[in-house]
Amino acid sequence: MGETGETLLSLSGVHTHIGQYHILHGVDLEVPRGQLTMLLGRNGAGKTTTMRTIMGLWQARQGAVRFAGEDIARLATPDIARRGIAYVPENMGIFGTLTVEENMVLAARRSGLNAERLDWIYSLFPAMRKFWRWPAGQLSGGQKQMLAISRAIIEPAELLLVDEPTKGLAPTIIDALAEAIMALKQTGVTILMVEQNFALARRVGDTVAVMDDGKIIHTGTMAELGADTALQGRLLGLDIGGGTA
Amino acid sequence: MSTTRQEGAIAAEPRNWLGFVRDRAAYFTVPVLALLAFLPIGSLPTWGTLTLAGLAMGLMIFIMASGLTLVFGLMDVLNFGHGAMISFGAFVGVSTLVALGPLYLSSGIEMNLLALLIAALAAMLAAGVLGLVFERLIVRPVYGHHLKQILITMGGLIVVEQLIIVLWGPNEIPIPRPQNLKGAFIVGGVVLEKYRLLAVALGLVLFVVLRLVLTRTRIGLLVRAGVENREMVESLGYRISILFIGVFAVASALGGLGGIMWGLYDEVITAHLGMSVMVLVFITIIIGGLGSIEGCFIAALLIGLTNNYVAYLAPKLSLGSAIILMVVVLMWRPQGLLQPSGSR
Amino acid sequence: MIKSLLSGDAPGKPLLALIVCAVVICLALAPFLFPGTRSVDTAARICIIIVLVASYDLLLGYTGIVSFAHTMFFGIGAYGVAIASSSMGPGWDALALGGAGGVLVAAALAFVIALASLRVRAIFFAMITLAVASAFGVLVSQLYTITGGEDGLTYRLPQMLTPAFEFADFRLFGVRLDGRLLSYYLIFFSAVALFLVLLRLVNSPFGRVLQAIRENDFRAEALGYKTVHYRIVASVVSAVVAALAGVLLAIWLRYTGPDTTLSLDLMIDILVMVVIGGMGTMWGSVLGATIFVMAKNYLREVMGAASALTSDLPLVTDILHPDRWLFWLGLLFILSVYFFPTGIVGKFRRSTQ
Repeated sequence: MGETGETLLSLSGVHTHIGQYHILHGVDLEVPRGQLTMLLGRNGAGKTTTMRTIMGLWQARQGAVRFAGEDIARLATPDIARRGIAYVPENMGIFGTLTVEENMVLAARRSGLNAERLDWIYSLFPAMRKFWRWPAGQLSGGQKQMLAISRAIIEPAELLLVDEPTKGLAPTIIDALAEAIMALKQTGVTILMVEQNFALARRVGDTVAVMDDGKIIHTGTMAELGADTALQGRLLGLDIGGGTA
Repeated sequence: MSTTRQEGAIAAEPRNWLGFVRDRAAYFTVPVLALLAFLPIGSLPTWGTLTLAGLAMGLMIFIMASGLTLVFGLMDVLNFGHGAMISFGAFVGVSTLVALGPLYLSSGIEMNLLALLIAALAAMLAAGVLGLVFERLIVRPVYGHHLKQILITMGGLIVVEQLIIVLWGPNEIPIPRPQNLKGAFIVGGVVLEKYRLLAVALGLVLFVVLRLVLTRTRIGLLVRAGVENREMVESLGYRISILFIGVFAVASALGGLGGIMWGLYDEVITAHLGMSVMVLVFITIIIGGLGSIEGCFIAALLIGLTNNYVAYLAPKLSLGSAIILMVVVLMWRPQGLLQPSGSR
Repeated sequence: MIKSLLSGDAPGKPLLALIVCAVVICLALAPFLFPGTRSVDTAARICIIIVLVASYDLLLGYTGIVSFAHTMFFGIGAYGVAIASSSMGPGWDALALGGAGGVLVAAALAFVIALASLRVRAIFFAMITLAVASAFGVLVSQLYTITGGEDGLTYRLPQMLTPAFEFADFRLFGVRLDGRLLSYYLIFFSAVALFLVLLRLVNSPFGRVLQAIRENDFRAEALGYKTVHYRIVASVVSAVVAALAGVLLAIWLRYTGPDTTLSLDLMIDILVMVVIGGMGTMWGSVLGATIFVMAKNYLREVMGAASALTSDLPLVTDILHPDRWLFWLGLLFILSVYFFPTGIVGKFRRSTQ
């Protein structure tokens, strides 16, 4: 692993089209290694499209996506994943007809389920142990989100993409998630996270990028943005310290 | 982060139980149908004979349809050319039987079964290879485009059908069954045709094997996961296109196996065999729910049984029976009996 | 005047317009240009098939849904006339009643199929139509007391439409002015009228919505169009026109049977014609049908010759056998779906722009 602070992932001039719609208009984004970068912005600003473009689920028509120095913009999704990028999509992507265990078995693609790693996950999400043999489709929203994150970290990844993990969750669960994410940060993994919940974003984020109309309109540290309410209002249209999504 | 907090979220259980019962309702349709049919038929021996015939027919349809429904579920590919694999498998199988003539027609039943096994394997191999060629040349260039898929796979079916005629001639080919597989056991007045028993046994074994593969092996899990959410499987680093080619080949091989079994059942094959069976196969996967192997199994049994019961009770309606069944099921469950959750 | 007749959708490039004009003129004057029973028969069939193909294109090309039941509707129209004429005896009343009955049945059936499959999932449509059409074929052969089974029905029509009727006792350019000529022109002008109606339809706001749905049904839905309703209407209209084409065929042949109206082979022929002519262009059906009918005759002759030439090469000669023309057609079909999905007309139009 390289040094903390150097750029792990960078997007430059990325344009993505979905069908006939031009969604990303030249996104430039740098994700520093070992930090949690928050991707903020209104609905429809292009945050999810950015995540999907990084993952190769939508192909950028123009521009470069560099991961650890290599341009991955033209690679297929499985090859991108194999380079060490794990993804928690917006809808969580749980395989509902499979059990929690089977979901995890598939996620542990390279080495199989590792007991030590699993214990660590149980320590982050104790409930995982409880519903281990349940069909994943029967979990509640919060439990599914825990499974989705567990699935992404069962094998060590260099970069974790998490798309709006708190969407539609109850405040107590969001709290639990925030704690787990803080614990995850301690392991040194780099995270790029989309979030609508500004309170959570301020709590866990190190650096921040704000999107609007398919472009990055602001980058900086989370502390800086968190302190500057005028900037928040201008960029995000938020009330001071707005909490709920 | 205490566990009590998380337990608060497990409240949705009762609704899931209801869903559980609803899911199982589909499984009861088969015995319910069989029992209901007993009322108008009245005679136990007749009913038993018809039920066996229906199960045999249903299981053969299941063999042909099971792979196709997975092919659709996994890659959203609707292969109208599946009939080509069925016909091709039947012809290769029959040619194999002809080549194995002495073995196949000898008086020992072990020898007969060995010949059948070899023929079945040959049919599967040939259809599987044809499936690979088909996937590469016909299907792959039009991924993600339903209209073109339907047109082009239909074109592929025509071409293969014509090639079969070129290779084997335009006339239908009779296939006699060996003496040991002709006739029937009679148990309490119920006529149990030997070949039907064989077909049922083989069909059940295949269903169990398929289920085991899908639930107990990593590849099976991947297929089921892929049916639900293809993108997520890729995001976990699996190359689903390779998986798909494998499933396509297996589906084709199963089509070929179904083809030779169907041919032996009818004791005659023509190049149009595949196309004519495809009608029932399509109805099966629609009723079952596109992409669901259990749904496909139930649907195939329903179709086989309905077809045989109706053929006895009202012969003129027998062909329409599958369509009536389809309409009834779709009115009950527009997405089919069992719809793998998540797939659109 | 012509422009409004063509709904402002002229064939396009001059060469294309020229070919279409030539086809129309040939068809209009066929009895005089190509006297002889066989060529007039071919011309009448081309007229009918153009309508059939155009009505199919409304579904496939303009609405983007694949149906395998189009020949079933064609057959229903033809059988309507056939059954009425053979049970009621020759007469205009039988013709009108049978034709109207056929059209109504076709419309109702199309509505039910569309409702059952399009409301559920558009992708079911292809499979369900295939199933229904094949069951219908079996039904027709089983109900032989009514339909004549595999043999079909031969019947008589009003005397005015038969060769025995002469409406003038002189010859015009050496052609007898008889009922046969009359029925040719009945078919020709009906075909022209039906074609123009379809052309008007696809160029109306309705047709534009259909195309919008074909391109992007989510978007069309988002714009407030009930995509299901539009698709259902399109499939009913398409079935009605197909049934009318069937009525024309029944009038021309004075025979209706499964092979001429219901067979899957015919269905595939129509598919090929639409694709080769060009999906989503009404003019494509004129070209597709004409080329196809010509090629079918011509191709078989060429293949017969080629097969004879290669008679020492076992497989080659078999594959070139005239009965295997469907093989080559299938290949052509696959290639045209790959390489020019917009068909001949699409190629023409693109090269001008």
